[in-house]
Amino acid sequence: MNHDNPQLNKNGELQHLLTLDGLPREIIMSILDNAAPFTEVAEREVKKVPLLRGKSVFNLFFENSTRTRTTFEIAAKRLSADVINLNINTSSTAKGETLLDTVDNLAAMQADMFVVRHASSGAPYLIAQHLRNIGADHIRVVNAGDGRHAHPTQGLLDMYTIRHYKKDFTGLTCAIVGDVLHSRVARSQIHALKTLGVPDIRVVGPKTLLPTGVEHMGVRVFHDMREGLRGADVVMMLRLQNERMNGALLPSPQEYFKYYGLTPDKLELAKPNAIVMHPGPMNRGVEIDSAVADGGQAVILPQVTFGIAVRMAVMSMLGAGN
Amino acid sequence: MPTLPPATELCRRLADLMRPHVTPATALVGIQTGGVWIAEWLHEELGIKQPLGSMNVSLYRDDYSQRGLQAGRKPSSIPFDVEDAHVIIVDDVLYTGRTIRAAMNELFDYGRPARVELAVLADRGGRELPIAATYCPHALNLPASQSLNLDRAEDGSLQFTIVEK
Repeated sequence: MNHDNPQLNKNGELQHLLTLDGLPREIIMSILDNAAPFTEVAEREVKKVPLLRGKSVFNLFFENSTRTRTTFEIAAKRLSADVINLNINTSSTAKGETLLDTVDNLAAMQADMFVVRHASSGAPYLIAQHLRNIGADHIRVVNAGDGRHAHPTQGLLDMYTIRHYKKDFTGLTCAIVGDVLHSRVARSQIHALKTLGVPDIRVVGPKTLLPTGVEHMGVRVFHDMREGLRGADVVMMLRLQNERMNGALLPSPQEYFKYYGLTPDKLELAKPNAIVMHPGPMNRGVEIDSAVADGGQAVILPQVTFGIAVRMAVMSMLGAGN
Repeated sequence: MPTLPPATELCRRLADLMRPHVTPATALVGIQTGGVWIAEWLHEELGIKQPLGSMNVSLYRDDYSQRGLQAGRKPSSIPFDVEDAHVIIVDDVLYTGRTIRAAMNELFDYGRPARVELAVLADRGGRELPIAATYCPHALNLPASQSLNLDRAEDGSLQFTIVEK
């Protein structure tokens, strides 16, 4: 493990995928390049390639997420891995087992990869560090979302989607709109967009939903959505994280929609060929109008399809041949 | 150092070997990237009726972790029905046989062909698997320290070079 960047080994190769913050451009680009051939696998009669045959991938979801877990499961199965889903809320932790005891037990079951979703920021790091301490660093860790910190595969699939439609990153204006404060997706997107050389990254939202100091991440801040969308090539909507709301950050979903919901008339301010992205699941009528979500500029369902290919690329780069 | 006939001459000789065996059910699949160049030429030269296939076998290789995916390669495309087809896999050089094994494994994920054959421009020896070419105009023995590479010039002409690794 490399001390500056625990997700790289001493040769600078990807060992774990924990965050896009500090991940070198060459590695991000090689993940995107490697994902392309996997998009074709999904169109075959036999949707499977043998790269992870005989490997055991454990989905460790300490926080519920049916969609993300399903896409990781599909990705691993299409690589021919054996997938074990553990819904930990309802099992051993409920009986009092600690996170690291759970990891020790799964390591003793000859796991090859952990896909980790956890409500606490940094949990996947803790697991990667612990695997090293117990001499089990052949086990790879993929962060599937930790607290408010990072959701790197979502960020990568968003980059894949942007590259698919816009080809080049270096002339783009990208607007990230909504609940940035609670969003690990937004953090991963901002890091990746910066690394890939997007010159104009904007975050758009009410003061109460933008983290203090967000402008230090190298983005422009807009509280007026119409100003924030003007001339954008890519509009990246975020989900209003209802379940994360502690206290009164918003007057009401209706008022939020009025000011920050993406409607056809607000979208008209972006470039005519702008694409609209959303990480799902959508709250229709809260952050996005159905006319936009189902409209010709939305690429929300292609994002889901690309997400499987990107996760296949990440897992195969981490897991093949260990 | 062994010498090789020009690649264009080998292409013509390969086409002559294959011609008597081509039927309306024959389909060609080139292995990226050199095999695709040859398959494109053969497809026209032999008047093959089935659309041309192209394969990126890196997802099926047994050494993926060392080689990874190679830049510039495209996804596989098999635009004909593999079920009951007569498929000729086309590659530039036959060496260890691992690429061909990977290609056969991939092909069978698309369906069950009636017959699979292998056409290569040159067999350089050094097999690690029990695989042989059906059509091959030239064989030579190269030591493991050398590799035989096919390049395509701007004008589309093909050329072999032997290089020290």
